[in-house]
Amino acid sequence: MDIRSHEFQPRAVAALHDTSLQQAMDKARDGFVAKRAVQVAELSEFEALREAAKTLKDHVLDHLDHYLERYEAAVVAAGGQVHWARDDAEARRIILDICKRVDARTVTKGKSMVSEEIGLNTALIDAGLTVVETDLGEYIIQLAGEAPSHIIAPAVHKTREQVSDLFEKAHGGPRLTEIADLVDAARLALRERYFQADVGITGGNFLIAETGSSLIVTNEGNGDLTQTLARVHIVTAGIERVVPTLDDATLFLRLLARSATGQETETYTTISTGPKPADDLDGPEEYHVVLVDNGRSRMLAGPFREMLRCIRCGACMNHCPVYGAIGGHAYGWVYPGPMGSVLTPLIKGLDAAYDLPNACTLNGRCASVCPVKIPLPDLLRRLRHEQFKQSITPRRKRYALGAWRLLATRPKLYHALERLAARALAAIGGHAGRIRRLPGARGWTEARDLPAPQGRTFLERWQTERGQS
Amino acid sequence: MSTAREDILDAVRRAAGREPLDSATRATLDARIAKPVRHLRPAFDEDLIARFIRKLESRSGTVARVAGRAQIPAAVETFRSAHSLAPRAAVGAGLKDLDWPADWIIHHQRAGIEETLSVSPAFAAIAETGTLMLLASPESPTTHNFVPDNQVVVLETARILRHFEDAWAALRERTGGMPRAVNLVSGPSRTADIEQTIQLGAHGPRRLHVVLVD
Repeated sequence: MDIRSHEFQPRAVAALHDTSLQQAMDKARDGFVAKRAVQVAELSEFEALREAAKTLKDHVLDHLDHYLERYEAAVVAAGGQVHWARDDAEARRIILDICKRVDARTVTKGKSMVSEEIGLNTALIDAGLTVVETDLGEYIIQLAGEAPSHIIAPAVHKTREQVSDLFEKAHGGPRLTEIADLVDAARLALRERYFQADVGITGGNFLIAETGSSLIVTNEGNGDLTQTLARVHIVTAGIERVVPTLDDATLFLRLLARSATGQETETYTTISTGPKPADDLDGPEEYHVVLVDNGRSRMLAGPFREMLRCIRCGACMNHCPVYGAIGGHAYGWVYPGPMGSVLTPLIKGLDAAYDLPNACTLNGRCASVCPVKIPLPDLLRRLRHEQFKQSITPRRKRYALGAWRLLATRPKLYHALERLAARALAAIGGHAGRIRRLPGARGWTEARDLPAPQGRTFLERWQTERGQS
Repeated sequence: MSTAREDILDAVRRAAGREPLDSATRATLDARIAKPVRHLRPAFDEDLIARFIRKLESRSGTVARVAGRAQIPAAVETFRSAHSLAPRAAVGAGLKDLDWPADWIIHHQRAGIEETLSVSPAFAAIAETGTLMLLASPESPTTHNFVPDNQVVVLETARILRHFEDAWAALRERTGGMPRAVNLVSGPSRTADIEQTIQLGAHGPRRLHVVLVD
């Protein structure tokens, strides 16, 4: 998928003025947060599980080479095949080759963010294949010709009316407006596709070294129909997805559904191991796993290693005030919100996504809900630092930061200027105590007034009041 | 020319600042795979059967309890007639021996696109979350769990285990290795993809009914 993160600012502004989007986001925001809070309150072990999950993931990352080798050996022992892809182009080529070899015409897909990351759909369609997204949210945005705007709820930005429009155009027939009827219409439209499919592609929430299995969780059952009914099943997953055992996967599963959708568990958790045995009555004839690096091993080496603990629950975006205000599309690539603002520059380049690490208030809500305790605000700050070091930060901002540093390291000068500024702003504010327009800060005052200081700085008052007590 | 596999593994090792692991470390890690680490598990005092039923029902599953295996067909018939379903079913061969009503059309093959009702044997269940565990085999095809609108699962109360880890232990003890698919099912299919409104029967079964055998 092409990256448009450099258009973040105009796209964010457009999002704020998009009434359908705002309507949809209003409905989503509070639901995710409230449902998660209920589940967390019900599980007294939740905090201890977060800490254990962090420790476990760090253990896996420390020994990733070994667990990957063990996983590969177990997949092969179960009759499956493992393919390694250094980057997105290599991953696409591997999958296209498999599709060609088995003479595929129709490909069904369960939701997979890695497949979005590697731009798989376009490549398959360009090769003449029919690609059908089967997750309801993915199906909706495929009809709309859009990218997902959330990693677990891809069509969260769509209102029911918009879905009605899309379905009317795609399916024909009378316009449906009830959610139950819309869900049924998608069910009907996709049913035959599952049975026609030559290749079924899914993601993998976890890859289990012990058994050589891939594990997916869904609520709809679409991933299962995809991987059971197609002749060939292909799993796409990042190399960091491997865990040693089923017990280890369980530790993450206890956190995943609660953090993602605010459920104790998703409806379906499926562990797939190899192709159909001779005696079984269903299942794919071939089972492939494509292990995708695409920047992950590079991340492993540096200060952003902790990002590889991510289990893709989406809690960080659900709790992000910026994401909540603008939705996912403004971020311009596959992964939005806080985790996306870290991943996008790391995978696509610091300069390709300059605004993302900066579109953050560092309020810390994302880190406080992350099930594997990724210090997202710290990583975002670190990215800003890297941007500054590599001179990607715009010149004006670099000068401003340089000037600020000059002052901040000279306290006497800083306080003197601060006193001056406080008095000047108080004078501008006048009786109302509010500043309606301020040269150089138009972006801020355009939408609201700036409360004016009352004449003295905090430090001055502190010294006086402390002197009195 | 180096392969992608070598390149990726080398990059991972370089990131860790080391050569391939020595054999002692590898043996320790392999032992960790062979004997899984015991993680923290949610504690609860509730009776396993009561919890299983409560949790499953909280996600719109339904449960009927019967005293013995012989009563299974009657319980399925009650479910079938309550929902006015045609007397046709895909029945897992693991339940072939039961005395199914003579006027039913039943088969033991994979589920076809028109399938409306399936009856499958569960391997176990997990009380922690009220989750059924079904294993793919000739006796229990995976399509039975996802294609029909109505899914009936037969579960023996003795097979209700406490935690997921207990289910993994049972799986490891079983002969024949990993089944191709382990399906953990916690309710009927659902979606909230349109305006966060929960709707049952997204792609999989609209109803999930458990016949619990004492």
